[in-house]
Amino acid sequence: MSAHHPAVPVGGKLLNTATAVCGVLIMAMLAVLLVRFIFGLGAVTNLNDGYPWGIWVIFDVIIGSAFACGGFSVAMLVYIFNRGEYHPLVRPALLASLFGYTLAGVGVIFDLGRWWNFWHIFWPGYANPNSVMFEVAVCISAYITVMWIEFSPVFLEKWGLTVQKKRLEKVLFFFIALGTLLPMMHQSSLGTMLVVMGPQVNPLWQTPVVPLLYLLSAITVGYGIVLFESCVASAAYRREIEMHLLQPMAKIMLGVLGLFLAVRLGDLVVRGALGHAFAASLEAFFFWLELFCFVLPYLLIGSAAARRNPARLFLAGIALMCGAMLMRVNGFLIGYDTGLGVDHGWHYFPSIAEMLVTIGMFSVEVLAYIIITRRFPVLPREEAAAAH
Amino acid sequence: MKQPSHPHTEPEAGSQGRRNFLKRLLAGGAAAAAAVAPEVACARDTLQRPPEALGLLYDATLCVGCQACVAACKQANANPAEFTAVDKLWDTPLDTSGHTFNLIKMYRNGTMENKDAEQNGFAFMKTSCMHCADPSCVSACPVSAMTKNPVNGIVGYDPDICIGCRYCVAACPFGIPKYQYDSPTGQIGKCELCRHRHKDGHYSACAEVCPTGATLFGRSEDLLAEAKRRLALKPGEWTTMPRGRLPAKDETPEQAAQWKGPLNQDYQAQAGAYLQHVYGEKEYGGTQVLKLSAVNFQKVGMPDLPPKSSAATSETIQHTLYGGLIMPVAVLAGLTWVARRNVVAEAGEEQDKQGEA
Repeated sequence: MSAHHPAVPVGGKLLNTATAVCGVLIMAMLAVLLVRFIFGLGAVTNLNDGYPWGIWVIFDVIIGSAFACGGFSVAMLVYIFNRGEYHPLVRPALLASLFGYTLAGVGVIFDLGRWWNFWHIFWPGYANPNSVMFEVAVCISAYITVMWIEFSPVFLEKWGLTVQKKRLEKVLFFFIALGTLLPMMHQSSLGTMLVVMGPQVNPLWQTPVVPLLYLLSAITVGYGIVLFESCVASAAYRREIEMHLLQPMAKIMLGVLGLFLAVRLGDLVVRGALGHAFAASLEAFFFWLELFCFVLPYLLIGSAAARRNPARLFLAGIALMCGAMLMRVNGFLIGYDTGLGVDHGWHYFPSIAEMLVTIGMFSVEVLAYIIITRRFPVLPREEAAAAH
Repeated sequence: MKQPSHPHTEPEAGSQGRRNFLKRLLAGGAAAAAAVAPEVACARDTLQRPPEALGLLYDATLCVGCQACVAACKQANANPAEFTAVDKLWDTPLDTSGHTFNLIKMYRNGTMENKDAEQNGFAFMKTSCMHCADPSCVSACPVSAMTKNPVNGIVGYDPDICIGCRYCVAACPFGIPKYQYDSPTGQIGKCELCRHRHKDGHYSACAEVCPTGATLFGRSEDLLAEAKRRLALKPGEWTTMPRGRLPAKDETPEQAAQWKGPLNQDYQAQAGAYLQHVYGEKEYGGTQVLKLSAVNFQKVGMPDLPPKSSAATSETIQHTLYGGLIMPVAVLAGLTWVARRNVVAEAGEEQDKQGEA
């Protein structure tokens, strides 16, 4: 299948408006980080003991890694469900995932208050297998390594190392299997991280099935991200949108989304937690907003006719990203209350400096995506160009 | 919804049998990997206090709000003063923090005429680590920087191990572990029951200095018995109240010699109008610090917690999924088998194409 659409570098200049803006934003991030590492977290963030985790954890790591599930979702489709026709989507999706995850891993360091000890998490004797965060850390680190291996044929191709590429391809199936297992493990565990917080998390988001919810939403948003990225890449590089692939993939996405919604709502009903959704509270408002985002794709691309419209696919992808983002923000921030109803006066809204770092990390991702797709064989060759 | 349960729905020509098999395999694998049934073989019960657990008994009706314990705690832990008033004359923390491990907070209502009355009254409450039987912070800590001593049950912290992730801060339902955000090398700060002073014969500084015995140090078991004794008294009834350290009923002279300080500091006081509730006896599986109050515990800042600990729920899920790595390895084996077939098939296809060209 891949022979039909061999991946080729897009080419073109590396310095343009987009990369220059990214560069400036990255510089701003580095400035903030300098202050953070010299004076401490309090100097640049609005973190406090009522909200010890801010956007550096919740956006950069928890949401960032969910948004980086495109590679996982598409690879699972192609290699596990044997849907080879989607092969052209694998490399671009994997590239975005690779950067999403690598940066999530790097971003953790910015947030760690005692970052020089970070290796303890992998060290027998220090590592605590009872800790959900231990599982997440080990799994994400392993997955980053596996993804670089999965993606390395791109570099080997570029540098003409055909022998090494052939050798790697012989065992690639194992890394593909591992690359499917690991995200299943840590994407679910990212949700399980809420469990130990107990009744501090609103019952709308505190549930024993939270791992399943986070996993299903990560798979779904993986496809959503591919819709989003394919549309953005096509617009930015003035390429044809791979509609023949995105249409059926969007249908699959709606299927997984349906499963997610069934578990999500079924769980709320079974636990009798649905009442919280009808309380006059900020939590209830955000719950409905989250649910609306998850239902929106059905309204946008529910019919086969609607799925032929690239704009609608794009918007459905964004809706899913918003839903997955809100579910995580809601669980970890909006639905989280240290005081358990006893008001300690804690509140949190990210500082400008915190936002600059999150934006800067996103800029690194965009910049790297541009450089790599322009210089390395990632995106499928254009139909017109391929007709030789 | 048209495809209720499975992504693999597009009709496709080819080997239906294998497809169906893969469908089933994947459905099984995914369900096994993700579906969570908490009450299974790996279920972990809520841990109980160890028999020799050490703790405190705080009796809010005896507390006069002098804050001597707050000052003693600062001194014992070499913590700096925290200023919130305009003239920086006294240590005036408004809450526990990375530099304040113990604080007496005040409840006020209406005219504040009566002590320990919910209406038009006031009351005190101690805020410090409860030393849970099954602490969330210990379960959450990815690097074992937060540990529970298996003998005395003290929840201790080691900054040399800590990575500063603050999961303990987020996990604790009492809001106890606090981080020092004002430092590039910030640590977690929390009460460790003065365990660093035990070898010199000193017990918890807060209990050592408390003039009324409102904070009492001892074995949790003995403290619980003492708490129940007080609850059985009629309000206003005169009784003997211990101060400092509560000796065990069966304490030997050798055991007593372990601790410094005068033993007999008892005095006569009147029993409070207690609520019939020893806070910490059952909350979250029980805590080693116990509390008595005449005013509703939620109103004085103690959360209403279930008897099951969140650590037990969290670890049950974690070990159900990953216990002995059985499930991940099984799923990996299945995935590898499927991926091998599909990747090899694809490579073959590719070669065929190249052959044609």
